[in-house]
Amino acid sequence: MRTLFYIVCSAFIIGLAYWAYKENYKTQTALREVKELQQQIAKQKEAIAVLNAEWAYLNRPDRLRDLVDLNFEALRLIPLLPSHFGDSEMVGYPVHKQLQVTETISIQSQQESAQ
Amino acid sequence: MIRTPLRPLARVISARENGENPDVIEAEERVKRNQVINQKIRKRAEHRLTMLGLAFFIGFGAIAGKMGMLAVSEPMEPRLAVANTGIHSQRADIVDRNGSVLATNLVTTSLYAQPHMMIEPVKAADKLAKIFPDINHDKLLKQFTGKRKFVWVRKKVSPEQKQLVHDIGEPGLLFGPREMRLYPNGKLAAHILGGAGFGKEDVRAAELIGVAGVEKFFDERMRDPAQVDTPLKLSIDLTAQATMRRVVEGGMKIMNAKGAAAVLMDVHTGEIVSMVSLPDFDPNDRPAPLLEGDPSDSPLFNRAAQGVYELGSTFKLFAAAVSLDNNLANEDTMINTKGPIRWGKFKIRDFHNYGNQLSVKDVIVKSSNIGTARMAQAAGTNAQKKILDDLGFFAPVPVEISEAKRTKPLLPAKWSDLSTMTISYGHGIAATPLHLATAYATLANGGYKVKPTLLKSDVSTLHGDQVLKKTTSDSLMRMLRAVVTEGTASFGEVDGYHVGGKTGSADKPKPNGGYYDDKVIATFASAFPTHDPKYVLVLTLDEPSIEAAGEERRTAGWTAVPVAAELITRVAPVLNMRPELAGSGQVEYTQAKHQ
Repeated sequence: MRTLFYIVCSAFIIGLAYWAYKENYKTQTALREVKELQQQIAKQKEAIAVLNAEWAYLNRPDRLRDLVDLNFEALRLIPLLPSHFGDSEMVGYPVHKQLQVTETISIQSQQESAQ
Repeated sequence: MIRTPLRPLARVISARENGENPDVIEAEERVKRNQVINQKIRKRAEHRLTMLGLAFFIGFGAIAGKMGMLAVSEPMEPRLAVANTGIHSQRADIVDRNGSVLATNLVTTSLYAQPHMMIEPVKAADKLAKIFPDINHDKLLKQFTGKRKFVWVRKKVSPEQKQLVHDIGEPGLLFGPREMRLYPNGKLAAHILGGAGFGKEDVRAAELIGVAGVEKFFDERMRDPAQVDTPLKLSIDLTAQATMRRVVEGGMKIMNAKGAAAVLMDVHTGEIVSMVSLPDFDPNDRPAPLLEGDPSDSPLFNRAAQGVYELGSTFKLFAAAVSLDNNLANEDTMINTKGPIRWGKFKIRDFHNYGNQLSVKDVIVKSSNIGTARMAQAAGTNAQKKILDDLGFFAPVPVEISEAKRTKPLLPAKWSDLSTMTISYGHGIAATPLHLATAYATLANGGYKVKPTLLKSDVSTLHGDQVLKKTTSDSLMRMLRAVVTEGTASFGEVDGYHVGGKTGSADKPKPNGGYYDDKVIATFASAFPTHDPKYVLVLTLDEPSIEAAGEERRTAGWTAVPVAAELITRVAPVLNMRPELAGSGQVEYTQAKHQ
């Protein structure tokens, strides 16, 4: 009985040691992966920052104004003025065609015809 | 272990001999033995409790320790170069109220040299001088051939330049990563943003610190690693700022002014939507401050927040406010304007003679010095001091710009009765255009104090204490409107925006006493729309003069007002303000017509 107990115990300890060994290496791999990912994130962030900065630089009001001036022929944009506000009255709504009723029209509901 | 018997033979025998009951002895011994056993059990239990307590202590201690470490340690963003130098090169972005970038960071390269590792220092110096034309070749050569082990060559190097330096092939020339501050909009909000420079420097990183403006005021917050990812949101509207800068720049040129400042403020929140000071500079390449002469001649000088000027007749409205708020007068009360007023050897005169009396409204509309002086005299010095204090003229403007904190208004050393009279029309007191805008915001919003701010607020009204009655505010707005419709600011009318404003033209003081005859500060302080004010606009032109209607004009009515009108025409639509034109407004929007 006692021998069996010792055997079970030592087997358990060997198992635990193996498990710890594996976990150790798993952790190290995970840490390495985290480091790599963090470097990737940092690289991406830097790229985003550069793109954002470039976007802001390209969209600076001075440049946009110059572009508008250069392309006046095509775009015909002028600075926003109070007179550019419109009323809803000025919106051209589509004219609905009125139903022309000159002859008798037979109407039948679908349900009845199904019967 | 020696066991003590329960019935020790010696004692039992002697007891028997004496005729005593030996059971008593047994009981005694039993009690003793039980005591010993109890003590043992107790000790063990104590020991176990201590161990258990210790285990709990260690367990909780570990958790507490970890928590403490987490709380104390600074959060780190994933970064490329893990340089543990104790230098925080990161800095939060600054964005405008709509999220457009005003300031951001870029990673660039710095170039340094280690002369002891150099193979051909002379050749390297020659080539570097060719790549960077502004580098001093002789100095560089001296540094390279001298005993120094470390030389900074350039703090910022572009990718092209980096390649050229690589092509030299000198092992003693080394590159380090470096963050730099970029202001993509250039000069646009230069005075608000200020600028940033390098603090502590290292080969692997450099500290970016704010040197002026918002960057300096919020320096700690910008560098706080926990907040580096949250951009600082300003109240500035980029489009409005661009429009303002362009119009003010144009106006300044037309009016031949040497400088200009404009502030546009939301009357309910104190948010500064746009602030322009010209001439300005590029914060990406901040010029060095002037070492001699007048600092206000430097483009670094923020005329809107630092420039302390006598703002002239724009102060007349405060005299009217005192009279109205203390029930001394109403809009139509007649004021004696017979002049000039003599006070010792001092004389107060009007630009024109306005007759013997004018109503309060007309005193403001016609801008009568005598009228306001009489009103101020009637109200008294204390009432005037109180209102100027309430409106913020006694302290620096509490705005988030480092320069503004140091800019105190100039007040008379001794506040005599004469001071009261001259201050009523804006002489003898000097303040910044930002002060004036803040004060006008209070007059316009129904009399509530506002705290001018450059940060976007999440609420639509941010009123402080009420310092004026609502009725006073309403009357003042009617008067301001009348100044535009029938008074000195007739060029200020903008169709649909109901602009009201007061002009002010003050002679510039000479540096050694007295006033110039031909140099003025022309100011137009306005609010729009006057029936329900939303914004105040203060425009100040420094030394304007223009040929108009056959003579040279310097007064605000001819210089600042037309520019301000153009400003409102251009800026109000950008801020999504719909003009209220006659004829519109009565349209019913509930039903769409169609024929």
